[in-house]
Amino acid sequence: MNLTIHVWRQKSREAKGGFVAYKAENISPDASFLEMLDVVNESLIEKGEESIHFEHDCREGICGSCGMMINGVAHGSRGKAMATCQLHMRHFKEGDEVWVEPWRARAFPIIKDLIVDRSGLDTIIQAGGFISVNTGSAPEANMIPIPKPVQELSMDAAACIQCGACVAQCPNGAAQLFTSAKVSHLGLLPQGQPERYERVVRMVEVMEEMFGSCTMFGECEAVCPKAISIDFIARMNRDFIAAKFKSQKEISVGV
Amino acid sequence: MELNSKTPPGPLANKWEKAKASYKLVNPSNKRKYDIIVVGAGLAGGAAAATLGELGYNVKCFVYHDSPRRAHSIAAQGGINAAKNYRNDGDSIYRLFYDTIKGGDYRAREANVYRLAELSVDIIDQAVAQGVPFAREYGGSLDNRSFGGVQVSRTFYARGQTGQQLLLGAFQALERQIALGSVKMYPRHEMLDLVVVDGHAKGIITRNLATGRVESHAADAVVLGTGGYANVFYLSTNAKASNTTAIWRAHRRGATFANPCYTQIHPTCIPQSGDFQSKLTLMSESLRNDGRIWVPKSKGDTRGPKQIPESERDYFLERKYPSFGNLAPRDIASRASKEVCDEGRGVGASGRGVYLDFADAISRLGRPTIEERYGNLFEMYHDITAEDPYEIPMRIYPAPHYTMGGLWVDYNLMSNVPGLYVIGEANFSDHGANRLGASALMQGLADGYFVLPVSIGDYLAGQFGKKVDAGRPEFAAATAEVQDRVSRLLGAKGTRTVDSFHRELGGIMWDYCGMERDAEGLRKARTMVRELREKYWREVKVLGEGEEPNQSLEKAGRVADFFELADLMCLDALQREESAGGHFRTEYQTADGEAQRDDDKFRYVAAWEFTGEKSEPRLHKEPLEYEEVKLATRSYK
Repeated sequence: MNLTIHVWRQKSREAKGGFVAYKAENISPDASFLEMLDVVNESLIEKGEESIHFEHDCREGICGSCGMMINGVAHGSRGKAMATCQLHMRHFKEGDEVWVEPWRARAFPIIKDLIVDRSGLDTIIQAGGFISVNTGSAPEANMIPIPKPVQELSMDAAACIQCGACVAQCPNGAAQLFTSAKVSHLGLLPQGQPERYERVVRMVEVMEEMFGSCTMFGECEAVCPKAISIDFIARMNRDFIAAKFKSQKEISVGV
Repeated sequence: MELNSKTPPGPLANKWEKAKASYKLVNPSNKRKYDIIVVGAGLAGGAAAATLGELGYNVKCFVYHDSPRRAHSIAAQGGINAAKNYRNDGDSIYRLFYDTIKGGDYRAREANVYRLAELSVDIIDQAVAQGVPFAREYGGSLDNRSFGGVQVSRTFYARGQTGQQLLLGAFQALERQIALGSVKMYPRHEMLDLVVVDGHAKGIITRNLATGRVESHAADAVVLGTGGYANVFYLSTNAKASNTTAIWRAHRRGATFANPCYTQIHPTCIPQSGDFQSKLTLMSESLRNDGRIWVPKSKGDTRGPKQIPESERDYFLERKYPSFGNLAPRDIASRASKEVCDEGRGVGASGRGVYLDFADAISRLGRPTIEERYGNLFEMYHDITAEDPYEIPMRIYPAPHYTMGGLWVDYNLMSNVPGLYVIGEANFSDHGANRLGASALMQGLADGYFVLPVSIGDYLAGQFGKKVDAGRPEFAAATAEVQDRVSRLLGAKGTRTVDSFHRELGGIMWDYCGMERDAEGLRKARTMVRELREKYWREVKVLGEGEEPNQSLEKAGRVADFFELADLMCLDALQREESAGGHFRTEYQTADGEAQRDDDKFRYVAAWEFTGEKSEPRLHKEPLEYEEVKLATRSYK
């Protein structure tokens, strides 16, 4: 296949960026989108031009490193859950013009080309996205039974790969889907109950400081590579409101 | 140099208790006065950094990713073993120990493996308490499945993403410590050298990948949890950035490298489809619980899989290994697949593939059950190949996946350089010559949560008041060497890209030091690797500057180290004149083509000492003593 790709090039956070057009020639339809970029990069280096910088690692849709806006869509595929590395060139047509941009969100400043700083997501986890249990103090694993449907729902939320597509696709740059996935993953489990209300309040507050506000466009769900449902946002909101009806003392003792 | 494993005396089952009781302790109020560097935040590094933080140490954790949650442990699919015996199927700590020793073809240290089996049960408890959503039965208790090389169900799993869920447990514990201030995180920092002061590991040199700056960091001890080196083959199931640099640089600073030739070729990966291919994708071993592996009985059969009647199919694993069948260990299943493809019975356009067929399982259990068990794996396969595995069998072929070799460590996980600890896949310790499925997660977490945080105290207690700071000349010297390498790579101004060299190196290693090896091929490979390496430093083309984000430069440094490691792998494979597990020398096989060990001559760990770029590495042998297990020829028939 032969395509034209228009890629956002930007040398550093401070530098001015812009689109540059490249020919992607003789691309196999079985190649992934990132492998197409590899081919373009090899030819750029041979010509003496610096390669297009983009983040990637596992290339099987689980590490969450890769991510770019492809024709305005995060990971390039709306409605079919996949990360950029799982998008294959057979989804494009001969002669297509493809526009490739970094994640677009105020909370994700550009480092270089398609690489952005997503550390805000880790900061949300630091605010409470964990169960406080030190190594060594765990009870026997089968002591607390967990109903299968509860475990399955928790697992649906836990599948989040922290890629940031939800934020990038959201017109508000909100991180509700990401945050709610962690709040739900832990809040659904019996082990997560003691910190349930404190967790949601702390995570939401930190999230609101750094990211935009959710107005329920639902764009996040449409591009999520793990098909995380916006139902989890409703669950997070319920827990958050419930927490607000509790006194500080009730929250801190987890009832 | 004498390699002392420091294995505690006494009966196998009491060794770990005894070791813990004999360790010197660090007073709780003194712990915060110690700085510990942890490099890598996968299952081993992440668990260690979090746990050391909980204990009160001052931890600095370095990763080259933007977040510790991206370490390659995340990609593990199938599961984690533990001797819980929840199935009441006769499992026990002893059986897990025995299966692992046997699976490793009797080339692992007995005491380490026993400890691993003991700790396996604690890992599951810990993970569940952290909120890892393992699969459950309808009654609410934990579910198990089977993995290769064993006849009990002891594998815990979370859909097809057990690695991600376990890593998130460790990651969340780590983020909690970061918030509490006991761990300082250094994301986008790649370790490029180890600093040794008066014979002790006291720091590292890093390059900040976001700015390009080279930095020095001092500590009282250094822990490497930096993973394996399967990317020496270029095409492997490892993540693209996985590399050997951290352990290789430590090796050059004095740490011996053990059993580098023990590499694992995983039987069930999606076959390569073209030259553009950048990596290979694993299809979890768990699929072999329900999938049946076969090829056509006759050569050159080009019919579609559904057109080939039952009677003309060869279910070769079930035929050759009736008692383990499709769940034969990885090394055996891989070699059997290669063998049928070499006979011209392989499937797919390249002829390098075998079928993994779920038709029987779907008709027996129904599609919903198969979807529940393997849904995401089927989808992944479908996305990559555009073929629907519910309808037509998967095509799979072996690919490099894991490396059992790594830096030599003693029972306490310390290398021969005092103060340098090595955990997880980066060390050589527990899997011998072949790792069983679902054991890597177990080892990473056992090392990270339970062994290292305790054993490191024994070293640190003796280091009180011996702090060094990064102003020492050793740091300046190491920094200068790092900067010199960077400028040599940028200054080569050659004509070929880093990837083109890496691909060529991988080809040599796959052909001569892959699934089958022989003396002639290995000697040839050494010459080829050395010639290519010289060419690399002359002809590589790395654009851009050192003091900026530069992905070509990052790759160039990693590939430079792969060249040196590749030579050592061939040398190690050459000296080991026997076949054991993943190391198969064609000269040493039984009449029916199985691996033939030579226990009299090769029952040892081969630990290599670096002696300089121009001289041959020196071999040190740590004899393997078996007090409990009787050495036998592995049989899975």
